[in-house]
Amino acid sequence: MPGKRTPLYEIHKALGAKIIDFGGWDMPVSYPAGTIKEHKAVRAAVGLFDVTHMGEAYLRGPRARGVVDRLTSNNVAGAPVGKAVYTLLCRPSGGIVDDCIFYKRADDEYFVIVNASNQAKDLEWFREHASTTCDVDDASDRTALIAVQGPKAVAMVAALAESDLAALPSFAFADATVAGVACIAARTGYTGEDGFELACANGDAARLWSALWDKAQPLGGLPIGLGARDTLRLEAKLPLYGNDIDDDHTPLEAGLGWAVKLDGRDFLGAPALREQKAKGLQRQLAGFTIGEGERAIARHGYNIVDAGASIGVVTSGGPGISVGGAIGLAYVPVARAAAGTKLTIDCRGRSATATVVAGKFYKRPSAS
Amino acid sequence: MTTTYPTDLRYTPDHEWLRAHGTAWRVGITQFAVDQLGDITLVDLPKQGDLVTKGQRFGTIESVKSVSDLYAPVSGKVIAINAQLKDSPELVNSEPYASGWMIDIEPTEKGELDDLLDPAAYRKHVAAQ
Repeated sequence: MPGKRTPLYEIHKALGAKIIDFGGWDMPVSYPAGTIKEHKAVRAAVGLFDVTHMGEAYLRGPRARGVVDRLTSNNVAGAPVGKAVYTLLCRPSGGIVDDCIFYKRADDEYFVIVNASNQAKDLEWFREHASTTCDVDDASDRTALIAVQGPKAVAMVAALAESDLAALPSFAFADATVAGVACIAARTGYTGEDGFELACANGDAARLWSALWDKAQPLGGLPIGLGARDTLRLEAKLPLYGNDIDDDHTPLEAGLGWAVKLDGRDFLGAPALREQKAKGLQRQLAGFTIGEGERAIARHGYNIVDAGASIGVVTSGGPGISVGGAIGLAYVPVARAAAGTKLTIDCRGRSATATVVAGKFYKRPSAS
Repeated sequence: MTTTYPTDLRYTPDHEWLRAHGTAWRVGITQFAVDQLGDITLVDLPKQGDLVTKGQRFGTIESVKSVSDLYAPVSGKVIAINAQLKDSPELVNSEPYASGWMIDIEPTEKGELDDLLDPAAYRKHVAAQ
């Protein structure tokens, strides 16, 4: 059965993309350059990503602010207009429904981008908690999303824009015209690099992509598939829903406490998270590296073992293309989550030694 | 397609190729396997002198996205390994039938060679995937 296709599907085919099924979508996993070259192009120059499979919605109405405040762990409703805010949607248990970015367009209008795999679940969640005076408008089927990421991304997009997009701060957005296409441009991404995510109407996506591609090619840019999207986000320690975060883990356990604003707020999951914070965590998502000499790559589902027993599980893992060796994330007991702790990972019957590290695996060189 | 699946090779349904190499058979993985795996980052091979058994795991290959087992196409003794793959696993991507070879096996069960696929049979096998 053919999957859903983005308006850029034929362009991907023409670029020689290898297409895979991703949550019911026919998406490019890599292009002829391959995942490693694609990854490096984003770190060194610029990459174009078709992320149209992600879901979008508008929440509007006089009571939208209250509804959004109730749904979000971060202080979305209290943010200034023009900010794009990363937040979790939590269950009353504190477990994570999804992670997403809310754009505050006005006190009574919010645009939200959600994970492709959670689009139906999130929309149902929004509708369930939206009062009759807050309109939930699912824009997923009419909205395309193109990410432009890398050290050359901002200047490249700004040169195509009618307004000064380079002046837009990180995690801010603006309605803009890029290459003649009306879009919402946000200074956000999922790679650890600077750049934009551009949301536009489906019918304009091919025109926008082509204009971006014409500029990116001479800069050493590449189109980027889902393979490199995953290796890039992991190096930046950005969680992937379904791997690193899910309904059974809380944002505090996932190390996303910075996106949980409990003070004076009463959002879904807040009481459970307050209680967990007071009692202290049992387990925590830790980043780890495996030295090149180990010649091992830990992957999703591998066990962290101690004296023959499993004490944790790897949620994401792969080669550190820009940082060397292998890297990954795992839920481990809090006592084993401190930087420098040695972990033993069962890599298909072979033990590999990993070291817990704090912070991002990859930090981009500061722009000075 | 003849360049994708050279006519001087034999093949297995597990997407390995074999080429007569002196008294031994040189083993690697096919272009089809390489295309499926994507960029290869680690190749783990047996040691020279190890014995391998047809159908049993003799090594592993890690790509950016996944890990796969390598199965011995015939039983025998490993008389050489491609040491270059330790530091340059990408040779499997760039030249799967040449510098990306993996091991040389001196077969102990000559009859097993009759089970290998000829290029036409392998192409048919790939087309059915």
